[in-house]
Amino acid sequence: MHAVSTLPEKGHNFVPMETAQGQLGQSRRSGRRRKHILPGFHLTLGYTLVYLSAIVLLPLLALLLKTITPTANYPSVYKVVGHVIEVATDTRSLDSYRLSFGISFAAALINGVFGFIAAWALIRYQFPGKKFIDALVDLPFAMPTSVAGLALCQIFSTHSGYLGGPLHDWFGWKIAYTSWGILIALTFIGFPFVVRTLQPVLSDLSAEVEEAAACLGANRWQTFRRVIFPAASPALLTGIMLAFGRGVGEYGSIVFISSMIPYLSEITPQLIIIKLDENDYVGAAGLGLVMLLMSFVIVLTVNCIQYVVSRRRKGA
Amino acid sequence: MKRATTDPWVARYLLVGTTLAFILFFLVFPVFVILIEALRHGLAFYFSALTARHSVTAIKMTLMVAVTVVPLNTIFGVCAAWAITHFKFPGKSLLISLIEIPLWVSPVVGGLVFALIFGNQGWLGTWLETHKIQILFAFPGIVLATAFVTFPFVARGLIPLMQAQGSAEEEAALTLGANGWQLFWRVTFPKIKWGVLYGMILCNARAMGEFGAVSVVAGSVDDKMTMPLQIEQYYQALGPGGLPRAFALASLLLLLSVITLVIKIGLEWRRLAPQVINPIKPSLPH
Repeated sequence: MHAVSTLPEKGHNFVPMETAQGQLGQSRRSGRRRKHILPGFHLTLGYTLVYLSAIVLLPLLALLLKTITPTANYPSVYKVVGHVIEVATDTRSLDSYRLSFGISFAAALINGVFGFIAAWALIRYQFPGKKFIDALVDLPFAMPTSVAGLALCQIFSTHSGYLGGPLHDWFGWKIAYTSWGILIALTFIGFPFVVRTLQPVLSDLSAEVEEAAACLGANRWQTFRRVIFPAASPALLTGIMLAFGRGVGEYGSIVFISSMIPYLSEITPQLIIIKLDENDYVGAAGLGLVMLLMSFVIVLTVNCIQYVVSRRRKGA
Repeated sequence: MKRATTDPWVARYLLVGTTLAFILFFLVFPVFVILIEALRHGLAFYFSALTARHSVTAIKMTLMVAVTVVPLNTIFGVCAAWAITHFKFPGKSLLISLIEIPLWVSPVVGGLVFALIFGNQGWLGTWLETHKIQILFAFPGIVLATAFVTFPFVARGLIPLMQAQGSAEEEAALTLGANGWQLFWRVTFPKIKWGVLYGMILCNARAMGEFGAVSVVAGSVDDKMTMPLQIEQYYQALGPGGLPRAFALASLLLLLSVITLVIKIGLEWRRLAPQVINPIKPSLPH
């Protein structure tokens, strides 16, 4: 195993901790210690497990069981599962997946491009107000999504929007209450994920490699394309996946900027709430399960990237 | 002399310009819109909007939820970090992964799970109804959903922080005769206090601003609104004064996020913030 325990330059608190667990617990393992020297093992671990179960594990289990437990409306397991599958695959749900996943992916790609540029500019160049701009990147983490949604709606609404009005009058574009509005909201939400994942990696790139590339006759663009970009691409991909995952689950800001028309501009989280309002708990649980599975796939992807990177590093 | 790591000036200006334009447009512009819209009807209206009955109820609710949830998750975070960093036990990495679940899951699913337990068709629905206990569409439900979405915030900062600090000082204190309580308050806590504060700040910001999870468990019961829900309620209200009130309330949450950001950045610049190990290190081709 690689025993890397170097810390990055800045706090990057949103990088998934579990992907860093390879490093955790490694540094002190060399000196053999007896198992429990310090007090409080049973108390702290016990409390951790109880609280974890109460807030996270049992509620998630309740969701899983809801998709297979017979109810008054669906008296057998087959009928429950049948209804779950029916709800999860009906046209309205499929349209909502297409919208949720499609727009989240588009927003994540936009953030990939602009996040890379911003991370590069913030790490490599000096310009006035750089520290302030760097601090601002965290704003979508700190700002409640409903506040962001309200502001974006006011900017892009066709009636009285700061930009939405002119855009509509001059070009006939409608942004708020269309998919474009959702795209803008999700771009706002996901931006810091890409920047903050890339920054430590870009700042750790050693100048020698770039100098070597220049010595070997590469121009600046070739150096970027052949040397820098391959080194940074796992982090870029991770950032994009994190932004994507956040976008898929987002609800708060989209409520304001989307018209929520069935089949047309209805995202999956919204559909879950509609199912609950219709008292279709089994259907809601089914859609919740689809979203859980999707987040699971995203987590797995991020972990796979991490695995490949650590393999490559070990082999190098 | 031009260094090999220097980009051409065209690229520099273009990239810095793009960055500034993107950040000004996407991050700074919305902030100004909130401030302008909140204050354009004058200060008198602004304060009357904030002291309207619904606004006051929502502010109270949000504060009560935060005051309940943040300590709960902080105690959990400290306990989890203590157990994970000072002891060896099987399934430790699994435990770390489980703690992270709420970060990956959609907030709406975070609310949904509690609706499936406490709702009228949920697991405990009938029992709660016969005993006249209200959890969904009431304070306990909002607290549970908020606790779910803010669950890992303190723990995930503290675990790497305490991991990096090691157990040597605690073990030394133990040999000098400190008991567990003294050990924690005199040795460990001074070392992790900024990390705890950092986690609490982030936890608090999310707890006060959470929309998706809370909107599932709170529904649209009039007196059980948190500030984000009330903003949406004002926004949907058709009468005059709805939108300005929404902006007035939003400006309060904006203030909260600015304060959060200032403390967070302050802690990071003084290097007091916990530093999570970055999983993706550069691996250059050789």
